[in-house]
Amino acid sequence: MNVSLPALLSQLLLGLVNGSFYAMLSLGLAVIFGLLGVINFTHGALFMMGAIFAWMGLTYFEINYWVMLIVAPILVGAFGIVIERLLLRRIYRLDPLYGLLLTLGLTLLIEGVFRSIYGVSGLGYDPPELLDGATSVGFMMLPNYRAWVVVVSITICLATWFLIEKTKLGAYLRAGTENPRLVEAFGINVPLMVTLTYGFGVALAAFAGVLAAPVIQVTPLMGQNLIIVVFAVVVIGGMGSILGSIVTGLGLGVVEGLTKVFYPEASSTVVFLIMVVVLLVRPAGLFGKEA
Amino acid sequence: MKKTLPLVCYGLLLLALLMAPFAGAYPVFVMKLMCFALFAAAFNLLLGFTGLLSFGHAAFFGGSAYVTGYAVRAWGATPEVSLLLGTAMGAALGWVFGLLAIRRQGIYFAMITLALAQMVFFAALQAPFTGGEDGMQGVPRGKLFGLFDLSDDLHMYYLTLAVVVAAFVLIVRTVHSPFGQVLKGIKENEPRAISLGYDTHRFKLLAFVLSAALSGLAGSLKTLVLGFATLSDVHWTASGGVILMTLVGGMGTLSGPLVGSAVVVMLENKLGEIGNGIASITGIGWFGTLGESVTMVTGLIFVICVLSFRRGVMGEAQALVVRWMRPRSRSAGERGTPVAPGAAGHDHSH
Repeated sequence: MNVSLPALLSQLLLGLVNGSFYAMLSLGLAVIFGLLGVINFTHGALFMMGAIFAWMGLTYFEINYWVMLIVAPILVGAFGIVIERLLLRRIYRLDPLYGLLLTLGLTLLIEGVFRSIYGVSGLGYDPPELLDGATSVGFMMLPNYRAWVVVVSITICLATWFLIEKTKLGAYLRAGTENPRLVEAFGINVPLMVTLTYGFGVALAAFAGVLAAPVIQVTPLMGQNLIIVVFAVVVIGGMGSILGSIVTGLGLGVVEGLTKVFYPEASSTVVFLIMVVVLLVRPAGLFGKEA
Repeated sequence: MKKTLPLVCYGLLLLALLMAPFAGAYPVFVMKLMCFALFAAAFNLLLGFTGLLSFGHAAFFGGSAYVTGYAVRAWGATPEVSLLLGTAMGAALGWVFGLLAIRRQGIYFAMITLALAQMVFFAALQAPFTGGEDGMQGVPRGKLFGLFDLSDDLHMYYLTLAVVVAAFVLIVRTVHSPFGQVLKGIKENEPRAISLGYDTHRFKLLAFVLSAALSGLAGSLKTLVLGFATLSDVHWTASGGVILMTLVGGMGTLSGPLVGSAVVVMLENKLGEIGNGIASITGIGWFGTLGESVTMVTGLIFVICVLSFRRGVMGEAQALVVRWMRPRSRSAGERGTPVAPGAAGHDHSH
């Protein structure tokens, strides 16, 4: 097997980039599931919305990448809050499966709307000038934009971890996940917390979407396949631990990148294969708590 | 009355289906409807009667569709053999999926089946014999038992009808059998079923395999009817579609999937015409493009069903029949035994 070191490293970096998206998406899914008991299928569609908003901002209003990196998540977060207030709120008392079905319907609806406007072909989006090009780091040429994605994603993930595990707000959130009625009895506005959590989780997806816009082709269907991989990531990692989701996401991205080098045919299925193995060996997932 | 009404309805439906080709219905379309009805009924066996939401049924439907197509084209298999092979494929895949997915419950079960089905999708996309993006085209129908030429739509029609009716009867029998009762018990309260000594994993796995096998049969039949197997058969949206059919029709009702599949398939086929109709009535040109936005409309129906129509068409219909019959029986009871309420009151006062 002849694999040059630069090729290997560049796939490794690309794997880390994808892994960052997996990490951010599975993190949001886990936080939302913890508090709402809903598996948010819409996550992929909202990731796509983030990317398309970035594209729309640049194309229609000439708003640059840096502004959209903040604005798009806020818009999508607000959209998520509307969804939570109008729709999700009505199904909390029901079987969690209805949450999956409702968000699946929303996904089809959102993707359908964008598809009827933009079709299925890719919309081009260039990385911002500041991060264009590559830097030589001795043993390889490091594409600036990809490095930026990895660094900023990990930072955001760790910040989220800190927020949830180490702050007062996070303590409320964890308590709400454990026993919402008791937390409410202590005078904390749990419904508001639920709404904001959903908004936050969804904004995280949109943030990942904006980051992805220059590396993955922006299309209305870009979230579709991603969300299924992220589901597998969630099954592998288990949703019990925040750091667990981050590590699993990044790790699986790297594994996927390496598979692209050594056995490209399996690169799209390797995550699912790992899921199968994990299910056989450790059904609760690597970081899972419950069986 | 309660038992005869459904029987009369099924009888009328069967009669209508027997007559359909002579009443001017396009046989291929009715056959397609029947295939999806079987698919949805098989799926409902799992969701409605065992309480397991599989998000991977496209793998069984599509996987078997490919197997049947391949068997016919590469080995010249006869229709009956290719249908059996397809069913076996569905059962085998179902066994593997079931074995893995049953290790987790509820929401994880759905995610695992979805991920496994995505693997089958990629396999179908990359395998050399599936035709990749183009799919497997031009699968001949062949001769049933070497006697009946199925390229005649009428022959194919009655074969499809016979297979679908037989499979549906099997599903009805399963639901009403002791096995079906255990499944229902698992659905209502699994820990209780375990404490009663049932090996619930085995029951769930059996139900999963049966559902997958019948979904496979539906997929195989579809390949013979339409003459092709494509990626859209194995795509996760097909799994979503069968969930929608069951949801619209009424999960946990035997007749629901039949109604639901008819509604969804007709909607998918006729949405363009419906859109044009609305456009010409309202004068809003946008509706004319509705035909290209099937997913959007499907999504909307999903949302509406989950929020306010969870019992589905047949679930609502059954509730309506029950409500409609109750006042009459109550008034009959009052007339028949006028002393009863008074006697109860008498007891109370003492």
